[in-house]
Amino acid sequence: MSPTARRHASAAGPSSRRARLKARAQRVAETGASTAPILTRGLTKRYGEILAVDSLDLEIQAGEIFGLLGQNGAGKTTTILMLLGLTEPTSGRARVVGLDPARRPLEVKRHVGYLPDSVGFYGSMTGRENLRYTARLNGLPRADADERIAEVLEHVNMTARADTKTETYSRGMLQRLGIADALVKSPDILILDEPTAAIDPIGVVEILDLLRQLSDEQGITILLSSHLLSQVQSTCDRVGIFAAGRLIGVGTVEELSRRFGESSTRIEVTLDGAASESELQHAHATLKDLAGVTRVLPPERPRDPWTLLAPPERASEVRVATLAAAAREGLGLTAIREVEPSLDDIYRRAVQDRGLVGAGRAA
Amino acid sequence: MTANAEPIFTAPASEDGPPAERELPRLPSGWRVVAGKELADHLASVRLYVLFLVLGAAALIPMYFAAERIRAAADAASGTPSLFLYLFWLSPQGFTLLSVYQFVAMAAPLVGLGFAFDAINGERHDGTLPRLLSQPIHRDDVINGKFVAGLAAISLVLMAVIGVISAFGFIRLGIIPAPNEIIRLIVWFLFTIVYVALWLAFGLLLSVVIRRAATSALVGFGVWLFVAIPIFGPLVISIIGGFIAPGTSSDQAALDAAGTQQFLLRLLPSTLYQEGSIVILSPQVSTVTTPATIGQYDQLQQQIPGLASLDQSLLLVWPHIVTLIALTAICFAAAYIRFMRQEVRA
Repeated sequence: MSPTARRHASAAGPSSRRARLKARAQRVAETGASTAPILTRGLTKRYGEILAVDSLDLEIQAGEIFGLLGQNGAGKTTTILMLLGLTEPTSGRARVVGLDPARRPLEVKRHVGYLPDSVGFYGSMTGRENLRYTARLNGLPRADADERIAEVLEHVNMTARADTKTETYSRGMLQRLGIADALVKSPDILILDEPTAAIDPIGVVEILDLLRQLSDEQGITILLSSHLLSQVQSTCDRVGIFAAGRLIGVGTVEELSRRFGESSTRIEVTLDGAASESELQHAHATLKDLAGVTRVLPPERPRDPWTLLAPPERASEVRVATLAAAAREGLGLTAIREVEPSLDDIYRRAVQDRGLVGAGRAA
Repeated sequence: MTANAEPIFTAPASEDGPPAERELPRLPSGWRVVAGKELADHLASVRLYVLFLVLGAAALIPMYFAAERIRAAADAASGTPSLFLYLFWLSPQGFTLLSVYQFVAMAAPLVGLGFAFDAINGERHDGTLPRLLSQPIHRDDVINGKFVAGLAAISLVLMAVIGVISAFGFIRLGIIPAPNEIIRLIVWFLFTIVYVALWLAFGLLLSVVIRRAATSALVGFGVWLFVAIPIFGPLVISIIGGFIAPGTSSDQAALDAAGTQQFLLRLLPSTLYQEGSIVILSPQVSTVTTPATIGQYDQLQQQIPGLASLDQSLLLVWPHIVTLIALTAICFAAAYIRFMRQEVRA
C-alpha cells in the first residue's frame, strides 16, 4: 500500500461514516434490538443427510474483524451464504444489519460487500468496467460510481492495472480487485470467504493490512473465513472455530488458548545429545523429574524439540531447572524457549476435545 | 469458561428490523442492468458476427438460386400477387428445400442456442455467479436479463438479414414491396423471433441444467440436428410413426399411418415454423394440411385458388403461433424454476 493510497483512504470520509454507524447504534438501542450487525441463533443448514451447519449461534459486533476458522467443508461458506440470503437456512434465524437475509435479501445485500471464494470477473472486460457493472447493479449514478471506483481501486493498489482486461490478472490481483468490488457499494459489513487462499505470502500480508486499515479507518465490520489459521490469527479481533458444522469455540486467540490449552505453558527443549534409545530414555526420565514439569512430550522425530508442560507461574522455574539438569546430565541442550500457542494448536486441540466441548455446551 | 458464556442472542428479533438509515440510491430494475451488460457483451462478441454470417448465408444462398425464377415470374408479372414475398419463400426449380424460410428454419435455432448455451454455466465456471448474485438484485433478474438481451441480439441479427434480402430484391430484381407485403414481412419477422426465442429458452435451460458449457453446447447441437434439420427429423419421425401405426395391412392403415406421421411431425417446432412461415409469407396458401385422405385431396383440387387476407392467414397459423409460444414458455419456466432452486456454489 503506497502512502498516497493511505492518505486517500483516510480522506474518504470516515468521520461521517462513524457518525452514521453511531446513529444506527443509537437507533437500534432505542428500538431495543441488538447492536450486533451479524447475529444468528440456531442457524442450521442440512443438505439431505449431511448437516452442513449445526445450530450456529454467532454474534459479531460492529467494527470488529471476526475470523471464521475451520477446515475445508467445515460449513464456513454455507454459513456465509445464509448470511447473504443466497441459501435458505433449514432452521434457525439470522439477522444482518437487523434484517432477516432469507426474507429481505436485497436490503441485506446492499449493506454487505461479499468476496466469494475464488472470485471471478468477466475476462473480456477491464477491472474498472467490471466494477462499473457492480456499481450499476447497486444503483450508483455514473459520476458517483466512477469516483468511488477510482477510490477503491487506489485502496487495493490496483489503479495501475485497472484498465487492462481481467483475463490477464494474476490470482492475487483478482483477489484484490474482488475486495475493491465488494467495497464499491460502501458496505457496512464486509464478508470475505478465504481472502488469503492461493495468494503468495507478501500478498497475504498486503490484504490483511488492508482489512485492518478498513476496520480502523472506516469502522467496517469484517467477517472473514479461512482454513489457514495461523495466517489470519494476528488480524482478527475475535475468532470462531468451526468444525463439522459446529462452532466449537468463540473468543480472542488468548481466550481460546486458555480454554483449549491444557492450562499450562509449553516449553520447547532441543537436545542434541539424546540419540540412542537409552539416551532418550535417560533424557525423558531426567526431564520428567524436574520440579514443576507436569508432562513431557518426547519428539516425534529424533531432531525435533521436546515439549515440557508446566503451570504458567512455574514456567521460569522449569526453564532454570532444565538448564541445570541438562548441564548436569550431559543432554546436549542447544535451545530452550516458551511457545506461544498458535491457532493451529488451539484448533487441533479443540477438535480433539470435541466430546468434552460438547459436554461443556450441554451443561 | 464454556461456550455458554458467549454473548447470547439478545435481540427481540423483530421480523422487520430497522431499515438502514443510510441514504441509498434507488435500485434500478436489476434485469435491465443485466440485460444492458449482456447485450453490450453480445454486440462486442465474435459470436454475433459468426451467427450473422451463418444466418445470412442460409438466407442468401437459396435466394440467389431462386432469383432466376422470380425474374421469370416478374416478366409476366402484372397479375402476380405479392411478388416481393417470393424472395422469402420461393425455391429454385427442383429443390423444394432451398428457400429462404426453410433455411432460416434450420439456421435460426443455432442463433438462439449460440446466445444462450453458456449463459449460466459460463458465469458459474468463471466464478462470477456468486459475485453477481451477492449484488442487490433478485435471482430471476439474472435469467430474465439474459433472456431479454439474447432476444434483442437475435432481433438485430434477423433484422439485418431481412434487410439484406430486401435490398437484394430492390436492387437486383427491382421489386418494390406493397404495403400489405411489408406487414406480412413484419409478421413473419415476429413469428421468426418467437421461433428463435424457443431455442434461446432451450439454450438457457441447458445452461442451467448442465454444468459445463461445452457439454451443453453439444447437447444443444444434437437436439438441433434431429429437430431442426429436415433430413434427420422426419426420418426419426417416420421410424417412430412406423412403430405406432404400421401402415402396411390395408389402405385405411396406410392413411392412419400418414395421419400419425403428420401429427408427430407437428410436434417438431421446425415443422410448426415452416408451416407457419409459408402461410404468412404467401397469401396463395390456404391450408397447412397435407391431404391424407382421398376426400381431402379432392377438396383441395376443387378449391378455387384465391388469396387469403392477412387475418385469414393468421387464423390459419394461430395454433402454430400459440404452440411455439407455449413451448418457449415451458422451456423458460423450466430454466427459471431450476435456476431459482439451484445452489450458488459450484
